[in-house]
Amino acid sequence: MLNARTPEGPLEEKWRHYRSTAKLVSSANRGKLHVIVVGTGLAGSSLAASLGEMGYRVTCFCFQDTARRAHSVAAQGGVNACKNYKNDGDTIFRMFYDTIKGGDFRSREANVYRLAECSANLIDQAVAQGVPFAREYSGYLSNRSFGGVQVSRTFYARGQTGQQLLLGAYQALMRQVAAGTVMLFPRHEMLDLVVIDGKARGVIVRDMDSGAIERHGGHAVVLATGGFGKIYYLSTLAMGCNGSAIWRAHRRGAFFANPSWTQIHPTCLPQSGDYQSKLTLMSESLRNDGRIWVPKKQADDRAPNDIPELDRDYYLERRYPAFGNLSPRDISSRAAKERIDAGFGIGPLKNAVYLDFSRAIREQGKPKIEEKYGNLFRMYQKITGVDAYREPMRISPAAHFSMGGLWVDYELMTTIPGLYALGEANFADHGANRLGANSLLQACVDGYFIAPSTLPNYLANEIKSGPVAVEHPAFVEGETTVRRQLEHLMGIQGNLPADYFHKMLGLILYDKCGLSRSQAGLKEAIVEIDSLRTQFYADLLIPGGANLNSELEKAGRVADYLELGELMCYDALTRNESCGAHFREEYQTPDGEALRNDQDFAFTSAWEWAGAGREPILHKEPLVFECVTPAVRSYK
Amino acid sequence: MRIQLKIWRQENRATPGQLANYDLTDVNPDMSFLEMLDTLNERLVRQRERPVEFDHDCREGICGQCGVMINGRAHGPLPNTTTCQLHMRSFKDGDIIYVEPFRATAFPVKCDLKVDRSAFDRIIQAGGFTSASTGGAPEANSMLIGHDVAEAAFDAAACIGCGACVATCKNSSAALFTAAKITHLALLPQGKIESRQRVRRMVRQMDTEGFGHCSNTEACQVECPQQISVLHIARMNWEYNRALF
Ligand SMILES: Cc1cc2nc3c(=O)[nH]c(=O)nc-3n(C[C@H](O)[C@H](O)[C@H](O)COP(=O)(O)OP(=O)(O)OC[C@H]3O[C@@H](n4cnc5c(N)ncnc54)[C@H](O)[C@@H]3O)c2cc1C
Ligand code: FES
Repeated sequence: MLNARTPEGPLEEKWRHYRSTAKLVSSANRGKLHVIVVGTGLAGSSLAASLGEMGYRVTCFCFQDTARRAHSVAAQGGVNACKNYKNDGDTIFRMFYDTIKGGDFRSREANVYRLAECSANLIDQAVAQGVPFAREYSGYLSNRSFGGVQVSRTFYARGQTGQQLLLGAYQALMRQVAAGTVMLFPRHEMLDLVVIDGKARGVIVRDMDSGAIERHGGHAVVLATGGFGKIYYLSTLAMGCNGSAIWRAHRRGAFFANPSWTQIHPTCLPQSGDYQSKLTLMSESLRNDGRIWVPKKQADDRAPNDIPELDRDYYLERRYPAFGNLSPRDISSRAAKERIDAGFGIGPLKNAVYLDFSRAIREQGKPKIEEKYGNLFRMYQKITGVDAYREPMRISPAAHFSMGGLWVDYELMTTIPGLYALGEANFADHGANRLGANSLLQACVDGYFIAPSTLPNYLANEIKSGPVAVEHPAFVEGETTVRRQLEHLMGIQGNLPADYFHKMLGLILYDKCGLSRSQAGLKEAIVEIDSLRTQFYADLLIPGGANLNSELEKAGRVADYLELGELMCYDALTRNESCGAHFREEYQTPDGEALRNDQDFAFTSAWEWAGAGREPILHKEPLVFECVTPAVRSYK
Repeated sequence: MRIQLKIWRQENRATPGQLANYDLTDVNPDMSFLEMLDTLNERLVRQRERPVEFDHDCREGICGQCGVMINGRAHGPLPNTTTCQLHMRSFKDGDIIYVEPFRATAFPVKCDLKVDRSAFDRIIQAGGFTSASTGGAPEANSMLIGHDVAEAAFDAAACIGCGACVATCKNSSAALFTAAKITHLALLPQGKIESRQRVRRMVRQMDTEGFGHCSNTEACQVECPQQISVLHIARMNWEYNRALF
């Protein structure tokens, strides 16, 4: 059984107790210790900068051409923190409870409590860095309510909160690069983890500009490589987002938790053609004033404004009268899919639903709507060419956030000693469904506050181990494995580009391991992915050489996705219940709501790699609820 | 629609490049410009030719990684729009489109349309931060910042670091990029303390990197996807002069 090594004591004392008793490294010894941080998003930048400030030696990598472009940059909505500035009764416990409940009671109490506990400090830290959060005229920080919670705890910087938080962390990182404590390598992709005597000791990376394969050693390795939702091909993620770093660590022994739990966001722009490369997220705030509907008649080809009120089905208002258009993400996305699958979808590909502002414009006036959402309407028009003040928007669900990731204990250490996972790359705090504005928070809290306190507890025992020698046979073996794989992929010389396989995999996953899953479908998907993988290794085509070559980069990522996708299906197949984003068709109430099973499934699934071609091995971390009582999430 | 492309192809920094012709016959007006390039690349791969290398990542106008010269304009014909947010409906059937990399001495070409913009990172390293280490931050509301000041700081902080300002400037000046960071931090009380040192160091680094001087043509603000105003350059000059005494 997996042990999360959660400290003893009452919930609210655990973190303080941990920090008071964890081992420390004296400042004189920190310069002897070397930490490798993969990723420069909020989690990676904040950790690398913080460790540098403390005096550790840090080597940091990202695949973009500069650290500031990590995909944290794209977050629009905001970041949660429990400051109770509005005097509306917010407390750490309330935030903890909202997060646990939002995650459908599938996360670890102690971790979630710590997230809420550290949230207030994050706002202080960001303000000190110069992050220009929205302010009241009085000069005090402003905040708003977000994602269906009853208090106002979301801080924001216009629609660019992620960008501003990331620039704060990036600037802190740049300061450490200038100070010489952090060595930063942009355009470097991690392709393998090096484990020596059971401990993580380094990474093998590829310089994506020159093609050089490099070895980097350290006393601990931290993966902060973000989400892998891009596995669905069409998603809200950036083109380069990938699962490769965590997948290769998984193949070296790190357990992978809840891989199939993917948040599918309800308000994205629909696919309009097969050339399409991504689905842009439209801020969820639109649902505050927009009403979602489809025609009552199947394949109704009339223009939306010609469809009279009587012929419209406001299905969220109909099914969930209490929350209506503001129902949580998982529920809204599923309801949209239900209508689309039943033949009521709209748009040229019949794959979308309407988000209609006509009533809001009638009641509040166009200027008011323009003030609230002007930039979003402009963005919508830029991309689609349609004026949403005159005609409803077309939206559809898209893969957005990976609740799953590497399994970590309370210290954010994976099952490989010395290997840590932070931010979206780990599975920790969001359970089966993530609440809006909680993941920027998680990435920051992991990097600024948690890992800088937990890493020393491990590093204290490494002070005497001396510099890590990259001549060790494990490094040679790692480098050879990477070179062989690259040569193998280049050598196939078949007929189809990597994107072809990626798109096919995306179709399988959206269809069978997306918004709703069934035993039969998942079994089919496992067979289909297996044969797609066989085809990939027989018919992949990469032109060009081993130096700068984006086709080679893509192929490596797709190779990993083809394994990870299969694991997702196993994960969904073994969880015979519906919870959060995981909806198994066999487990629903007569009116189509998710049926959770706390008796048999109150655990985290943590998967062990059993070798190529072998079925993965399931381990369980039981979820014990001492402070909350799991309840049915009802939004009716 | 039919589009004729003339794209800059260059193997690497050391080899000379040249324009190559490509003819696309079934371009969909709803495609983004980068999706049009994807379509071309898919064809090239299937023909076993090396695809066109270009920079991109988020494809939603915020990461700043994309950026090419399209018919001589940074990010193409629309003002204040990144390359990834440009759609083919902005072109006409039969158009000839020239696609070239962002050019500047300080942005050497890596391959085809990809350029090296690491000079921007080094400008930030020179001083584009507040020296606020993790852990020591005071309670956020202990420092009041007026709404208008916060908004003005945001306007400057919104820069995505794409380099269009440099590419469009006849002097290849990085004044808009550098000034935006200097203004963002100088406006806020947290950043004011270090502002003299910051402006001196960042301007020195900008000159060391080989960017040209600003001669106030204001071309940069026309292309800037975040509509960063040239007034920040005036602010930078003011800060700089103040810092000398
Ligand atoms: C469109 C969008 C909007 C969002 N809006 C919100 C919001 O409003 N509020 C909220 O709380 N959350 C939001 N989220 C979620 C949130 O932004 C992310 O969960 C969070 O930013 C992840 O941060 P991270 O540091 O873990 O990863 P990222 O920021 O994704 O960083 C990953 C880093 O790892 C590097 N990397 C990846 N793979 C490799 C490799 N193999 N080798 C080397 N380097 C690698 C990358 O280069 C990058 O530097 C949003 C997400 C999206 C996609
Ligand atoms: S790809 Fe990110 S701004 Fe264009």
